[in-house]
Amino acid sequence: MTGIAVVGAAETTELGKIPGMSQLMLHADAALNTLADAGMTAKDIDGLATAGERPTDVAYYLGITPSWVDGTSVGGCSFMLHVRHAVAALQAGMCKTVLITHGESGRSRVGAGGYSQDASSLAGQFESPYGTFGPPSTFTLPVLRYMKDYGMSHEQLAMVAVVQREWAGMNPRASFRDAITVDDVLNSKLIAYPFHLLECCLVTDGGGALILTTDERATNVNNAKHAPVYIWGTGESVETPMISQMENLTSSRAFSIAGPRAMKDAGISHSEVDHLMIYDAFAHLPIYGLEDLGFCGRGEAADFIWERNTAPGGRLPTNTNGGGLSYMHSGMYGMYAMQESIRQLRGVAPAQVQNAEVSVCLGVGGMFGASGCIVFGSTPKP
Amino acid sequence: MGKPARPLPKPTPETQHFWDGCKQDELRLQRCDDCEHVYFPPRPFCPSCSSRAVSIFIASGEATLASYVINNRPHPAWDEPYAIAIVELAEGPRMASNIVGCEQTPECLVLDMPLVVQFEVMSDDISLPLFRPAGDQT
Repeated sequence: MTGIAVVGAAETTELGKIPGMSQLMLHADAALNTLADAGMTAKDIDGLATAGERPTDVAYYLGITPSWVDGTSVGGCSFMLHVRHAVAALQAGMCKTVLITHGESGRSRVGAGGYSQDASSLAGQFESPYGTFGPPSTFTLPVLRYMKDYGMSHEQLAMVAVVQREWAGMNPRASFRDAITVDDVLNSKLIAYPFHLLECCLVTDGGGALILTTDERATNVNNAKHAPVYIWGTGESVETPMISQMENLTSSRAFSIAGPRAMKDAGISHSEVDHLMIYDAFAHLPIYGLEDLGFCGRGEAADFIWERNTAPGGRLPTNTNGGGLSYMHSGMYGMYAMQESIRQLRGVAPAQVQNAEVSVCLGVGGMFGASGCIVFGSTPKP
Repeated sequence: MGKPARPLPKPTPETQHFWDGCKQDELRLQRCDDCEHVYFPPRPFCPSCSSRAVSIFIASGEATLASYVINNRPHPAWDEPYAIAIVELAEGPRMASNIVGCEQTPECLVLDMPLVVQFEVMSDDISLPLFRPAGDQT
């Protein structure tokens, strides 16, 4: 099977508050930085995938004439699904060079559509009437069940945010860099019990993009600024548009399918993973992710984090950019998680993990609705 | 009229029987005639075995508190922090709801506490199934 490589990866020039750019321009800014990273122009791209904006808009705006398009939009992990689909398309010869773009005016809302929910949709009929009011009061709903079933404490949930802030402290592009304590987290504003402000993600503007091609072609990308990073494995799934209808309130079915599939695809065991990214819109996500990926047994992830295994100096460095809790979160964070995996394998991350050769990147989307997982390697897939 | 009403559901042909039931103080669930799977939310086929042979029945209205959050962010339809709950019905399915007749505090909202349905009229067309602690007649 043909191997697939990432030959371009970059974020928008700025992250955070970008009131001077529309959402479509954030896609373009990220795409232009990524084309420059790969030493390419729009004329080199014949495949396009995006979410948040229509592929039509992004292709037209950038001057791309695609012969392969993917507009899969399942929330913040859409870009992981795009990578998985692009791998298949490239291996099948449907196109030669795929650009995947993300841009989101999550904070400034410039040229961004409003949020609305149809009262006749499933969630509109069976969740919204009870006051679910955006992700902070919905994505968080299963956690008390987890806490009772497994004895996780409020302090342990808070520790997720503390550890990620340690990573963010090493990253000049992170939105929040000042060290925090468990008490700081528990004393921050109550958003939706049991969640405090510092256990909830940021809301920022930004974007990112990737360029994928076959590894055969990757060796001929002459003007790229970095060596290729290789796709070793991929997985995806969806579960339910309603948190109340998750099969199990203490585990994500989509995680449990996408994650193990990607690792099996890659042919790796847990001990071979040098670096891990788990999309952390809220503090419980790394806990669910560590268990659903199989790095921890059921009910063990909070202790694993408390004992600093995922922290700087720990044996499984996780969310090393500071994550959605401290680095940035535009709304669809999955692209930034993959950017950090790629920086780590390129050896250019601000908080660089020594000798990082294999990175697992787990995304979530539409709250617990969907998941995509990518295993990246610094060398061609063995 | 004071504060705006909470967002109300707009029934579809597949869910109309459920909302009609709520207006008559009946919590209607569906059971597959072929595999006996009981499910929610409503749809005219079994999500477990794909059979279209399904029947509507009236549930007991008994449930337990599976999980919740207490939302502290301002919602146009609520004046005070309020709990959004996931309840587990005695018949098996879970559903989102609110807990009434009970202080909206972690001390009063204890996981696995027994609950019973209580329908509240929200409009001419919609009554919502809410839940109160079992044994509380208020």
